[in-house]
Amino acid sequence: MATSYNAKEEDGHHSGASSHGAAGVVKSKKPDNTAFKQQRLPAWQPILTAGTVLPAFFVIGLIFIPIGIGLYVSSNNIKEFEIDYTGVDISNPCYSCAKNFSWNSTTPCVCSMNFTLEQPFESNVFMYYGLSNFYQNHRRYVKSRDDSQLNGDQSALKNPSKECEPYRTSDGLPIAPCGAIANSLFNDTLELYHIDSNNTRNTIPLVKKGIAWWTDKHVKFRNPGFIKLNKHLCTNKPVNWRKPVYELDPSDPDNNGFINEDFIVWMRTAALPTFRKLYRIIQKKSNTTPTLPSGKYVLEITYNYPVLSFDGRKRMILSTISWMGGKNPFLGIAYITVGSICFFLGVVLLIIHHKYDTRSNSADIPN
Amino acid sequence: VLTPPVRTCTHKCVGEENWVDSRTIYIGHKEPPPGTEAFIQQRFPDNRIVSSKYTFWNFIPKNMFEQFRRVANFYFLIIFLVQLIIDTPTSPITSGLPLFFVITVTAIKQGYEDWLRHKADNSVNQCPVHVVQHGKVVRKQSRKLRVGDVVLVKEDETFPCDLILLSTSRDDGTCYVTTASLDGESSHKTYYAVQDTKAHSTEEEVDSIHATIECEQPQPDLYKFVGRINIYMDNEAVARPLGSENLLLRGATLKNTEFIYAVAIYTGMETKMALNYQSKSQKRSAVEKSMNSYLVVYLCILISKALINTALKYVWQADPNRDEPWYNDRTETERQRHIVSLAFTDFLAFMVLFNYIIPVSMYVTVEMQKFLGSYFIMWDDEIFDEELGERAVVNTSDLNEELGQVEYVFTDKTGTLTENNMEFIECCVDGHVYVPHAICNGQLMPGAAGMDMIDTSPGPEVHEELFFRALCLCHTVQVKEEETVDGIKHGIHQGKSTSFYISSSPDEVALVEGMKRLGFTYLRLKDSHMEILNREDEIERFELLEVLTFDSVRRRMSVIVRATGELYLFCKGADSSIFPRIISGKVDQVKARVEHNAVEGLRTLCVAYRPLTPEQYQEVCHLLNGAKLALQDRDKRLAEAYDIIEKDLILLGATAVEDRLQEKAADTIESLHKAGMKVWVLTGDKMETAAATCYASKLFHRNTQILELTTKRTEEQSLHDVLFDLSRTVLRQHGNMTRDTFSGFSGDCTDYGLIIDGATLSAVMRPTQEDSNSGNYKEIFLEICRNCSAVLCCRMAPLQKAQIVKLIKTSEEHPITLAVGDGANDVSMILEAHVGIGIMGKEGRQAVRNSDYAIPKFKHLKKMLLVHGHYYYIRISELVQYFFYKNVCFIFPQFLYQFFCGFSQQPLYDTAYLTLYNISFTSLPILLYSLIEQHINMDILKKDPSLYRDIAKNSLLRWPIFIYWTVLGVYDAIVMFFGAYFLFDNTTFTSNGQMFGNWTFGTLVFTVLVFTVTFKLALDTHYWTWINHFVIWGSLIFFVVFSLLWGGIIWPFLNYQRMYYVFMQMLSSGPAWLSIILLITASLLPDVVKKVICRAMWPTTTERIQVSLLSLHQSLMVSLRSSVSSIQFQFNFICIAPIHNRSYLRTLFK
Repeated sequence: MATSYNAKEEDGHHSGASSHGAAGVVKSKKPDNTAFKQQRLPAWQPILTAGTVLPAFFVIGLIFIPIGIGLYVSSNNIKEFEIDYTGVDISNPCYSCAKNFSWNSTTPCVCSMNFTLEQPFESNVFMYYGLSNFYQNHRRYVKSRDDSQLNGDQSALKNPSKECEPYRTSDGLPIAPCGAIANSLFNDTLELYHIDSNNTRNTIPLVKKGIAWWTDKHVKFRNPGFIKLNKHLCTNKPVNWRKPVYELDPSDPDNNGFINEDFIVWMRTAALPTFRKLYRIIQKKSNTTPTLPSGKYVLEITYNYPVLSFDGRKRMILSTISWMGGKNPFLGIAYITVGSICFFLGVVLLIIHHKYDTRSNSADIPN
Repeated sequence: VLTPPVRTCTHKCVGEENWVDSRTIYIGHKEPPPGTEAFIQQRFPDNRIVSSKYTFWNFIPKNMFEQFRRVANFYFLIIFLVQLIIDTPTSPITSGLPLFFVITVTAIKQGYEDWLRHKADNSVNQCPVHVVQHGKVVRKQSRKLRVGDVVLVKEDETFPCDLILLSTSRDDGTCYVTTASLDGESSHKTYYAVQDTKAHSTEEEVDSIHATIECEQPQPDLYKFVGRINIYMDNEAVARPLGSENLLLRGATLKNTEFIYAVAIYTGMETKMALNYQSKSQKRSAVEKSMNSYLVVYLCILISKALINTALKYVWQADPNRDEPWYNDRTETERQRHIVSLAFTDFLAFMVLFNYIIPVSMYVTVEMQKFLGSYFIMWDDEIFDEELGERAVVNTSDLNEELGQVEYVFTDKTGTLTENNMEFIECCVDGHVYVPHAICNGQLMPGAAGMDMIDTSPGPEVHEELFFRALCLCHTVQVKEEETVDGIKHGIHQGKSTSFYISSSPDEVALVEGMKRLGFTYLRLKDSHMEILNREDEIERFELLEVLTFDSVRRRMSVIVRATGELYLFCKGADSSIFPRIISGKVDQVKARVEHNAVEGLRTLCVAYRPLTPEQYQEVCHLLNGAKLALQDRDKRLAEAYDIIEKDLILLGATAVEDRLQEKAADTIESLHKAGMKVWVLTGDKMETAAATCYASKLFHRNTQILELTTKRTEEQSLHDVLFDLSRTVLRQHGNMTRDTFSGFSGDCTDYGLIIDGATLSAVMRPTQEDSNSGNYKEIFLEICRNCSAVLCCRMAPLQKAQIVKLIKTSEEHPITLAVGDGANDVSMILEAHVGIGIMGKEGRQAVRNSDYAIPKFKHLKKMLLVHGHYYYIRISELVQYFFYKNVCFIFPQFLYQFFCGFSQQPLYDTAYLTLYNISFTSLPILLYSLIEQHINMDILKKDPSLYRDIAKNSLLRWPIFIYWTVLGVYDAIVMFFGAYFLFDNTTFTSNGQMFGNWTFGTLVFTVLVFTVTFKLALDTHYWTWINHFVIWGSLIFFVVFSLLWGGIIWPFLNYQRMYYVFMQMLSSGPAWLSIILLITASLLPDVVKKVICRAMWPTTTERIQVSLLSLHQSLMVSLRSSVSSIQFQFNFICIAPIHNRSYLRTLFK
């Protein structure tokens, strides 16, 4: 008796009956009997067992391997040609241009590289320039731009963003386009000649439009509206540029100024230090002749862009494109690998399923 | 009858020594007559209740300060400030916005709550009260009430402050009060007016009272009060004691009494109710502890990542052409900075870049999960008691998951295991047994000489008569007439009787009622006379002189009555507290009977008496008055006085009362045992009674070997020897069986049950003089306990219960303990244990108020632990692991990217993605999972308690599992990053030859990341309701829609447009789609394989049952398909598996 007793006495009151709550309270306190509140919502209760996962593994394997093979084959069918014209070797035609580079030289240095295409390039050919060891993704570099200036904003033109430092002003005037990215615009000029059987150089027409994203060209980048980009703009050209932004392509007003496609392409910073950027497109002329027949070619380079100082490399790449992009065996191989692993695991699981599942099924059913 | 007035001789009176913590109140603000000693006038606060924390002006600073005192918030504040100060890779918005969001939401919630409190305060403070001023009743606002005001309270009104009852509308100076809002007890309690003032029942009369009250300064204990009133009549002061029976507490309500006059003594924030607002100390769960240690690990990872990158950065930059190539110059100011400051800035920048690995949202999600999740306990239909009309109460939601981790259950016996519904069984006078007719029917009573109402054999008539009168008189039972009580009646009226007994102790009611059945009916207490209707239908009147109330230390109570000139002291109490005080009587026979009854599981009490001479009585009065008037140590003095008075007793006999086991108590205990919990019963009852209950409740089985560690044994041997003996017995057996108690649970090996009593326990716990053994005893005792499946501790004082809990809690394994109890004596252990559970029993609400969770019945513990606890643990452990996992996946690619961007802190993802990843893209699915996941069906959890062992010892948050998740996160991050890397590496990705930039690269990784992380959760989900589908697919769709929108517009408020059309361009490229699919598959593959293989080769019990359920399901479907042609039905069965089918499944199971 003591336990209960002492509890009560600590309560200390001459209390009334130990009574139950009034009837009214009972009703309100009763929990609702809904499926949600009672945690009994109807539910699908899947369990990952060897038995259920097995088919999935086989299916994944069966789908992935053919896709992988398809990707691999189409990647192999892509023609790609790459030539390094940095001029590190003394044997390289561009060696002297690279060695004697000076920011102040007024006469451009031109060099020519000869190369041979073993196989013809059938469809449209895309011409890229590639840079290596160039950190376009360096944080200081990536943020050094002013998107509102590039979008044609008047105030940003006169007063560029602080992010552009130290390429924000020069000689007291704002730089347009400001920032490190714009300042380091790739300015080599590449020209391609086909040398036909009778040793004449035929210029291959290079299309410079359609190399930038449509949305970039038409929405994101805009020339400052009513004022034409000209000298009266009271802006300075980027320090490393040879000509101001309004002279990037004087021949075509639709490709001049901030909406110059070479400029736009450059302004999309690359993800990795080795990258390529689309330079020109060689359109397919007719169905009968290949775009680039096999044979000898000359690449003429106006060498303006120094990369040796930071141990960089410059390349020119010619590539055809399929529905899955350029030459990249990785995706196909990866698909085949993952597919095979799945298939293999499916087999392993099948064995496990056979060996263990029967046991666990028969035994240990709860009483 | 009352104590004769004691003449106050100034302050040399009793209990006046060094008494500083007291206050003096002038009733009606009337100065005491000159000549009495001058009291120092004190200043008291007004009656304004301030429960609000903030005012309008200090809300923002105070709330901010409180919020940033939390370590997590402070950490994010620091990160945010760093981002503001230095040039960091990510904008301050990325960490500022989530932090701002969290802080704002919390502030709004707290502000709203505080506004509600302000409103409540105002309505309370402004409610009108009636105050007697100059003989008239005046209305006043409650907040203007002052100490010393005489207040008029009418029926059903709530007391505005703590009051001393002066007079009531009833002649006897009593009033009824319910304290439901204070402690939840809805029963009516009686309070008494001061004797000398109870006649003043109009405002003029009350106004004429000239008195002062001296009392202690306010203290929070609701049930303790000591004070003294000095009444000045004809310049002569009369002092009267005041106790808690005179004190009306603020918050209580006046019932069944027309009006009362009372004087305010504690006001405003000094009332006992206000003092009880203080919150309890916080308990932390094991999950929270492991979460914090994971956090430390991640903080180390974060710092080491930042350090590694900073170091590598400077190694890499040693070449000036790399550091500053011509295309990427530094600014002039940056060039001039010192290398150390640069490096430090870089370190901070890396910290900022990687800080998302510890997300703000985890804290928010965990809090929300706990808060919302606790509703499922309250909502549970099965934890609802129709009879009581009560459902489970959750006082704290911090410990939900701890319910799934319990290893030791400490339970009270009376009211917890048993009903606390007493029934009188028999009594024994000098060895003759009396059994009420109603009970003995059909029962074999071996010791009973007669089956009739009364033992017919010639007994000592005097003792018999005295015994029955003693039981009729020695109690604190009150008689309630039918019409005076509304609603709350206790059903002991049997047919014709119109009145019934109420008491704080069910035992007393049982005894008085038992007497009624034996022919002696206690009628009422009237004018200090107790009236008894004896067998001859004559009314006997006894003058009640003194009541020596019960307390748990003495374990007995006494009354002193005068009957026809003779004075008697009747005493009843526990056998152990009565027998040593006996000088004559048939001790042996009674003792034998008491022990016999105790073995039967009955609660026994002994009754004794002592005739008093008038001289002795005078002495007694003097002793008692001296003690009662003491203001300090009153309890101690009273106890001493009682000790002197209750001696030289003559034994009359003993009683036996039965307390039934609660419904399904045995089943619950068995389940808890099967679930691997050790159940200890801690009771104040005597050993035999408690042991019988333990057998009945299947705590001990027939084949349990009982080890005794009781005073009886230690009397024979020394404690030292007994302990060593026992440990040898246990360990010998133990050596034979497997060490692993969890998997090695089997029925055939002997399991041990230990019985220990309070005295021996304190001997074990006592730091002994011979220090060589002092630590040892505890260790040996623990070792014995560890090997016993059940332990019974009897004769426990409340504090000892807490001591035991603490002893186990702090033993080397640090097991998780749970304490269940229903009475005030269990509060200490409820507060001490990791989880405290209160039973809404008949002994008031003290246990419930102090508990973490409260349930109506003991049997509900089963569902609380086995189902709710299990679920909460599974849910929160997945929540914690998943949160760390998804942030490793999130941040590790960013770390890897630093190796390819010249360690320049270039973020991989866009600001919006960095900000929203944890807030919206991946937050809801895991929150929902952590609320409604059910890895296995509820009914199976209940049916098979051994599943509980699967999650014992925090098994899902152990280091290997944590490392697995982290490694999985790192693997996924590597797959995502290098997958994207090789796809982007120097090649074209589109079918139009155009190139992608770094933001597309990041977006590709991020897309794979969001999908992988969400699918990973989907794979872990075992319970797919429509809400899961909605949230999981919904959040993926939200991500896509957001990305389309974010990249679809030139946002005018942004100073960069880097994401413009990036997502769309990516989606327009075929290889991007293919690589997203590939990378998601590759990321998820190892986890799926691990799961399947583990399940097949090393399944846990849970997994086995899941599988067997599934296969059963399938075989059932095959049979259904053959028998039932309805396609619709099959469809339902496969896809929805409704609950009613599940019960069908269960029957098939067997």
